[in-house]
Amino acid sequence: MRRRSYEEPIPISELKLDLSSVDVPVIRNIVSRGFNKNQLLILKEIRCNIGRSLTSILRDASRRYGIPLSTLKLNAKILKDLNILKVDNGGSRGVYLTPLGEFVCELLGITSYGREFSVDPKLIQSLNEKASLVRKHVLEMMAEAGSGHVGASLSVVDVLVALYFAKMRYDPKNPSWPLRDRLILSEGHAAPALYAVLALAGFIPTSELYKLRDINNYLSGHPEIIIPGVDMISGSLGQGLSVGCGMALALKRDGINSKVYVILGDGELDEGQVWEAALTASKYKLNNLVAIVDRNRYQQGGPTEHIKPLEPLAMKWIAFGWHVIEVNGHDFRELLRALNEVDYVMDKPSAIIAHTIKGKGYPPAEGNNDYHNKPISKDELRLWGFK
Amino acid sequence: MRWVLSKLITELGFKRSDLYVVDADSSMSAMLTSFSENFPERYVNVGISEQGLVGVAVGIASCGKKVIICTYSMFLMRAWEQLRNLVGRTRLDVKIVGTHSGISSYGDGPSHQCIEDVALMRVIPGMKVFVPADSIALRCCFEDIIDSEGPTYIRVGRDEDERVYSECSCRLGVANVIKDGGDVAIIASGGMVAEALKAANELKRLGIDAAVIDSHTIKPIDRDTILKYAMKTGAVVTAEEHSIYGGLGSAVAELLVNEYPVPIAFVGIKDAFGKSARNLSDLRRYLGLTSSDIVNAVRKVVSRR
Repeated sequence: MRRRSYEEPIPISELKLDLSSVDVPVIRNIVSRGFNKNQLLILKEIRCNIGRSLTSILRDASRRYGIPLSTLKLNAKILKDLNILKVDNGGSRGVYLTPLGEFVCELLGITSYGREFSVDPKLIQSLNEKASLVRKHVLEMMAEAGSGHVGASLSVVDVLVALYFAKMRYDPKNPSWPLRDRLILSEGHAAPALYAVLALAGFIPTSELYKLRDINNYLSGHPEIIIPGVDMISGSLGQGLSVGCGMALALKRDGINSKVYVILGDGELDEGQVWEAALTASKYKLNNLVAIVDRNRYQQGGPTEHIKPLEPLAMKWIAFGWHVIEVNGHDFRELLRALNEVDYVMDKPSAIIAHTIKGKGYPPAEGNNDYHNKPISKDELRLWGFK
Repeated sequence: MRWVLSKLITELGFKRSDLYVVDADSSMSAMLTSFSENFPERYVNVGISEQGLVGVAVGIASCGKKVIICTYSMFLMRAWEQLRNLVGRTRLDVKIVGTHSGISSYGDGPSHQCIEDVALMRVIPGMKVFVPADSIALRCCFEDIIDSEGPTYIRVGRDEDERVYSECSCRLGVANVIKDGGDVAIIASGGMVAEALKAANELKRLGIDAAVIDSHTIKPIDRDTILKYAMKTGAVVTAEEHSIYGGLGSAVAELLVNEYPVPIAFVGIKDAFGKSARNLSDLRRYLGLTSSDIVNAVRKVVSRR
């Protein structure tokens, strides 16, 4: 083949890849090699300027980066021939990404979302303090109740704390405030963490926490709708995301600018209904719906990758038409950055895959699946310095 | 039946701005196109996914809307657990319309013939169950059902086989005595009400004076009317296009066993699946759901009195 004036992509055959561990970074590597740096630059500029005319985008880019306009035009034509972008010939001459183009941008992590973001260190410190308090409460209430799911209740704490104390809009004095943001804990077995957070947020008295699972109390083993601050029941896995779709749809059609956050366990993703909902959300472009996966890599019977392998997990969400962000689920800076970024996504739902440690914060349970739902005693807690 | 349902839903759509219809790609067969064309912003189609369908409906209802779920009753049953855990436990305003129920899709065979739904719905706490005998009865109660609070299951067939009513004053929760009688009470629901009326005519010739009661509301069952006729006649026959386990017959028996035991016979499907047939009457005969099956049951039960 004749060499042309743009840079040739590197052939995939030159790559040495371990296909057993194919995941987003690997796929990203492969796909990005299909494009030269000018083409990647054009994709980024288009992503940030959807609907503007191609010529003006390219002229700006040429001036800003000192690349000849003719080079950019040639590369844009190649992208058009690859069916990655299309120009609206109707009149506006605006440029758009095709569904394939969207997919490629999502894979390559080319976004225009939430580019400027900074976190106040004082906020991080206060969130860390709240998370420690919540973990203490979770352990104490479970020791008091004599049963409960320790592993997930501890892995999801930081996600909940970030949402309730740095993100969500709600009014503890008016739990059914129509303009509130909604939260569905689809992995209902992590309920103690939700209750402890709701207590700290002022929805329920802290003293009630110690009556978890008591016949005379409303704090049930899994969330019930009668509990102040609980937006939806759960307990049966795989159902929360569908409900979240319904909520997000109704809110959108009422013109209410609230978000619906659904927290899913990773084991829960075995359920087919989750993926029914993933398709529904992307059909209706529910950008007010955010799925957060508590990716602690274990389910009741063992590691998720032994029971029913989920990887490449991010790829699956991308293929279902979602915007995907992977974060360390115990790092508030990363969590808040992701929660901020999803606010800027306009045309699709978002999934945040929060990598967590099961049993986080309680040394004997950390990464130890024996503690999935093992009862813990008050003596055991005292031994580890709690209470 | 489906045409009337479609008209009713669309009419209500004009009346109520908070009415949503959620569908699992049955708009063509359940005739929802009229609603979806008039109110695209209140129509949601989640595709062929009944479990997701129930979840989405509950999410919408939790934002203060009235929601109608409408799809094949048979395939709604695969979302029974969602109906129990999401609709039942929240008691939200979700009305579930199961179409093509009973043996009304006679041609499609056992995979489509839903003869277990009344039992499955009846067992969910707080779920009301309504089985209209024809489109007039459906029209009569539909708006009341939508206005009522909490979940209701509405069981309708595919097409209307026989008209029972010319006009109807059915009230939700009150069984309708169509024909009075003193020797036996035939309590029927849905498509079997017409068969019960035919049976009553035949019984007249045999010298048996049968009362025919349309028990369209199976849950909560009309205790007063049923007790009254059990006392009056001393013999009861139930007739339904449903398995004899857990449906109208069981509901009537549960009531009478506790309060006023009389001999009862069940006309229904006896621990079997349906079968493909070219017309409804062939299938009725095959499954023992005809007026002569009711007549035989009446003769047996009267002799036990």
